Amino acid sequence: MRLITHNMLKSSVRGVEDGYPLAIEAEEVETEETEFNQEFIEAMVGKLEWGAFVAAATTLGVAEGLPEELSDEDKGNGEVLQRIHHALLEVHVITGFLVCPSTGRKFKVHKGIPNMLLHEDEVVEDGAAAAAAAPAEAAAAASS
Amino acid sequence: MAIKLKHVEAALESVEVFSSPKYELEQYPTSPHLAARMIFTAATSFEDIVDRHVLDLGCGTGMLSIASCFLGAGAVTGIDIDPDAIAQAHENLDNLELDADLVLSDIEHLKVAPKSVDTVVSNPPFGTRHAGIDSVFFLQGARAARNAVYLLYKSSTRAHFERLSAQIGASVQLVAEMRFDIPKMYAFHRQKSVDIEVDMVRVDVSSVTPAAVDAVLADRAAALPSAPVDLAAELAEGAAAPPAAPARSNARAGGR
Repeated sequence: MRLITHNMLKSSVRGVEDGYPLAIEAEEVETEETEFNQEFIEAMVGKLEWGAFVAAATTLGVAEGLPEELSDEDKGNGEVLQRIHHALLEVHVITGFLVCPSTGRKFKVHKGIPNMLLHEDEVVEDGAAAAAAAPAEAAAAASS
Repeated sequence: MAIKLKHVEAALESVEVFSSPKYELEQYPTSPHLAARMIFTAATSFEDIVDRHVLDLGCGTGMLSIASCFLGAGAVTGIDIDPDAIAQAHENLDNLELDADLVLSDIEHLKVAPKSVDTVVSNPPFGTRHAGIDSVFFLQGARAARNAVYLLYKSSTRAHFERLSAQIGASVQLVAEMRFDIPKMYAFHRQKSVDIEVDMVRVDVSSVTPAAVDAVLADRAAALPSAPVDLAAELAEGAAAPPAAPARSNARAGGR
């Protein structure tokens, strides 16, 4: 899972509306070089949820060169764009967890693929049960 | 565009499809021809693929995702409910040395940030096993995409989708009418193959607000019976037997 995908994912826990961004607990991380596509990065820069991206990159130790807040000058700076390209597209979380910021529920990442599927007991119909189905303590991660 | 439609189609022939398709999930492979046509049109007629972040909803073994990579997508993410399909998609991408992220999720409980991708592409189940599921794919796509959703649905459901689009402030453009050839895949299929008429559409979602989609989704959630998303046990049981009457009710709000 690259950070471009992490940037769009929210917690699927029922009843949680603010399950974003997911925290990352990374175990195995790989870096794979990929061709720098300036047009694409320039287009993405304005559309990323920037705060979540920088936080995730920081967790993975690849936030070097990424400004805390993105200025117009940054958006045109070739070096910054290269750093964004690296953190966004070249870093792969292979094993670990994505963690719901609201409930602590852990979603397992295995072979680079996050498993956002809920367990049967997390999918209940009445509103009260939905609240009860999201334990405050981190639940066992979904098995893939 | 340097790459030709027929080359994309030829390249897609090597994509491995479902080894043991799951009837409950309506797993039918998207043909290389259909996939190439859909993504090629999106790329060359509409600028929805090149240098765009593309999301493939119900990606199966990755046919549309791979086509998007071939045709110059800036980045591709594929989402599917079935771990076996995702594993095959992963293998397909590895074999072709293509980069795309894969996510395991069902479509009903999936939550993505609104307008977080440029384009959604999807060949969703038609809703023959889980009534209304095709609408959920459409609505989730409309919420996630900034610009456009490319979709295949049965031509017989055209009016339904046009109504749904109007409800959320989207507009449907018919890109092509195609025949979706479903070869005999399950033991109980009596005919050798079945031709289904499908609309290939581009839905302009640039004016759609997340709130408008949420309102319709909330409505359907009340009408649609939810299912446990861990289908493993159910699928293991159902695989060998011919289909019994669906366990869940098919009642839903709105006509088709």
